[in-house]
Amino acid sequence: MSNASSEAALGSHRLGGATLFALSARHVTKRFPGVLANDHVDFDLLPGEVHTLLGENGAGKSTLASVLCGLYKPDEGAVLRNGTQIRLTSPRHGLQNGIAMVHQHFRLVDRFSVAENVVLGHRNLPFRLRTNDLENQVAEVAERFGLPLDPKASVGDLSAGQRQRVEIVKALYQGAEILLLDEPTALLAPPEVEKLFETVRAMTQAGKSVVFVSHKLGEVVDISDRVTVMRDGRVTGSVARGEADTRKLAELMVGRDIDLSPRRSRVAAQDTLLHLDNVGLTRDGVDHISQVSFSVRAGEIVGIAGVSGNGQRELAEIVAGLQAPTSGEILINGARVNGIGIRNVRKAGLAYVPEDRLGTGLAPSLSIVDNLVLTRKRGFFVDRKAALDEAEAFIKQLEIKTPHAHTATRKLSGGNSQKVLLAREIFAAGDNSRVLVVCSPTRGLDVGAVEAVHKLLDEARAAGKAILLISEDLDEVLTLADRVMVLYRGSVVHEALGSEVDVELVGLAMAGLS
Amino acid sequence: MNANVWVLTFADAFSIATTLILATIGAILTERSGVINLGVEGILLMGAVTAFLVGDATGNVWLALLLPVAVGAAMALIHATLSITLRANQIVAGLALVIFGNGLSQFIGKPVEGKTRPVVITPIDLGPLTDLPIVGPIIFGHDPITYLTWVGAVACSLYLNRTRPGLILRATGDAPATVDAQGVSVARVRFVHTIIGGALMGLAGGWFMLARGTAWSQAATTNGIGWIALALVVFASWRPLRAIAGAVLFGFTLQVPFTLQGQQINILPPEIVQMLPYLATLFVLVMLSTPRARKLLGAPKMLGQPFVRDER
Repeated sequence: MSNASSEAALGSHRLGGATLFALSARHVTKRFPGVLANDHVDFDLLPGEVHTLLGENGAGKSTLASVLCGLYKPDEGAVLRNGTQIRLTSPRHGLQNGIAMVHQHFRLVDRFSVAENVVLGHRNLPFRLRTNDLENQVAEVAERFGLPLDPKASVGDLSAGQRQRVEIVKALYQGAEILLLDEPTALLAPPEVEKLFETVRAMTQAGKSVVFVSHKLGEVVDISDRVTVMRDGRVTGSVARGEADTRKLAELMVGRDIDLSPRRSRVAAQDTLLHLDNVGLTRDGVDHISQVSFSVRAGEIVGIAGVSGNGQRELAEIVAGLQAPTSGEILINGARVNGIGIRNVRKAGLAYVPEDRLGTGLAPSLSIVDNLVLTRKRGFFVDRKAALDEAEAFIKQLEIKTPHAHTATRKLSGGNSQKVLLAREIFAAGDNSRVLVVCSPTRGLDVGAVEAVHKLLDEARAAGKAILLISEDLDEVLTLADRVMVLYRGSVVHEALGSEVDVELVGLAMAGLS
Repeated sequence: MNANVWVLTFADAFSIATTLILATIGAILTERSGVINLGVEGILLMGAVTAFLVGDATGNVWLALLLPVAVGAAMALIHATLSITLRANQIVAGLALVIFGNGLSQFIGKPVEGKTRPVVITPIDLGPLTDLPIVGPIIFGHDPITYLTWVGAVACSLYLNRTRPGLILRATGDAPATVDAQGVSVARVRFVHTIIGGALMGLAGGWFMLARGTAWSQAATTNGIGWIALALVVFASWRPLRAIAGAVLFGFTLQVPFTLQGQQINILPPEIVQMLPYLATLFVLVMLSTPRARKLLGAPKMLGQPFVRDER
């Protein structure tokens, strides 16, 4: 967006011709090796405003927030506080200017009490610490903003929501006027999100400004006075409350219409490739899986829905050969595979995309090339040239964003590392592997990446794979599956065709009320 | 066997404990910052030989105590540079420091090998207190450094738990990224405390030479006390006050077999006692190698982990 139009968009906030922004970025540019993270970004924050920076992973919103709080120095451009340029050298310096950032991964000392964490690093702390005084001060700050916290509690015992409160109190205790919250709802349960929003409102009423950095479309509309959308390091739009609707924001975010409409099999059902017959898993006297029977045919996706912890992981591990079932039979291509070991199960034609894509699915410190050849079954020597060519072909075909094919997979974003894993398990495995078990493939991914992953799975289905999709994301299951099953306490309690699903019934089944 | 022997045994145990406390407190300060320095034994040896040489050359007991402090700090500076600046493997760097200290002390101590110690640090006379039966020799028969050590251990505990720099030190060992985000230099905190820790270890070696040694005979001089100090850190859960108790207990354990031997009672072969430092070391390494044990013992969370600020 050009400068002129961004000023026009902000026109409504102008008071008597001149607006004093609490914090502004002017033409901020920040480069990292191989990436232009911020490309001449403009951003303005009014006093008492809740302003969301919306964008997909890698859009540059966290980088901008880091520049604003002093963590990164911009390569070009300026940061203005109350209209005056400031040159921040560190987060500490940012704090001296009243700017604080709460990171997605909390920076807290688990073993310290709440009070110790809050006062840590406060510059004007006396040499000798009087614990009682500090605890009272911390409790007072917490109360003023409606953040219930016990200053004596050990941070290691607190929930994610409570830890976040500690971070916020810490920022406020150090005199923050502007609070940047990086993906603040990522780790929170819905009631905790509501509580956070109350706190945010209490802060803005006290004249403080809040910047939300988020990729979640739905929730930002509720809380924000203004949403600024970023894509590929640039600002693509800035929308005030009332003008913002999710469709428009999604388009600004991704740069095109996002298609998250249901995808169903377009080929006729073929022969059964994966069959489970009365499979059960009993461990330590507990039935983790009981009497699960179903089959997956070539060219279809069977989706398993359910609330986390109802046996999804066990089911996936049984099918993938990581655990042997204690009863029942598993057949791949008609051959019995229980208890024959992962290696043999894979030989029999199974490919597996585990939930933990980086730790279990990929070798994080190995390159994309190496990860792609990792599961190759034949040959002693690796043809490096062929492997590189293949990797580069995948990078192009699947639009994997990476500096080059030799980049370590841990340096990729979640969506891109998932693409590498899917490339290996779907394509590199070849036609020998026709059964694909996929677990929560889009957890933690942004909208664009979700769409890409869904498209890939749809293509794999069209290519004749039999796919078992195990996901805690009900929408995902409903979008992709030709048949939907609900797992509750290790049993299948509900089953329906994807095109005929009654969402209400599925929801009830997930809660164990069918 | 008369009671007097046991009084002397206790007095000796307290005396050995002084070395242990100094070295252990040094290691606690180092480890609380997140740096593990396994080179304690090497620093002790260098401290001991320095004290001997300086005493031999000057005849001044205080100079002979001061220079080991500087030598200890210098050796810790090597370790700090390797493990903080260069991010070397700290276990390997520490072991290298032991071998270095062992070899160098042997080399520079060659001319005085077998010589009797030139200066002695003498107990202070506390008058009637020293003359008290039993407690007199055990508690009030020591030299100033011993008393300073006890006071120092308590001061160290207060420093850790009741002061701002202590708070930052503890946070640095547990969550360096947090400290860094507050604008405090993790490297600085680690350098400072590793060096102070090394200085205390140097003093421990020097004092041990002058107060308890008889002659310089290289490795036999410290006899693995540095390794025991490392075990004590774990035993004391990285807390200075517990280190005092542990040091007295270990001091007693180390002394009793010699007392018994002197009394012609051979319950425990002295070889077993000589094995103790190495068993203790094994114990430490095993305890520190599993995350669960580390958590249970209360080890600093990022102990031995170099800190790298992650820029994307």
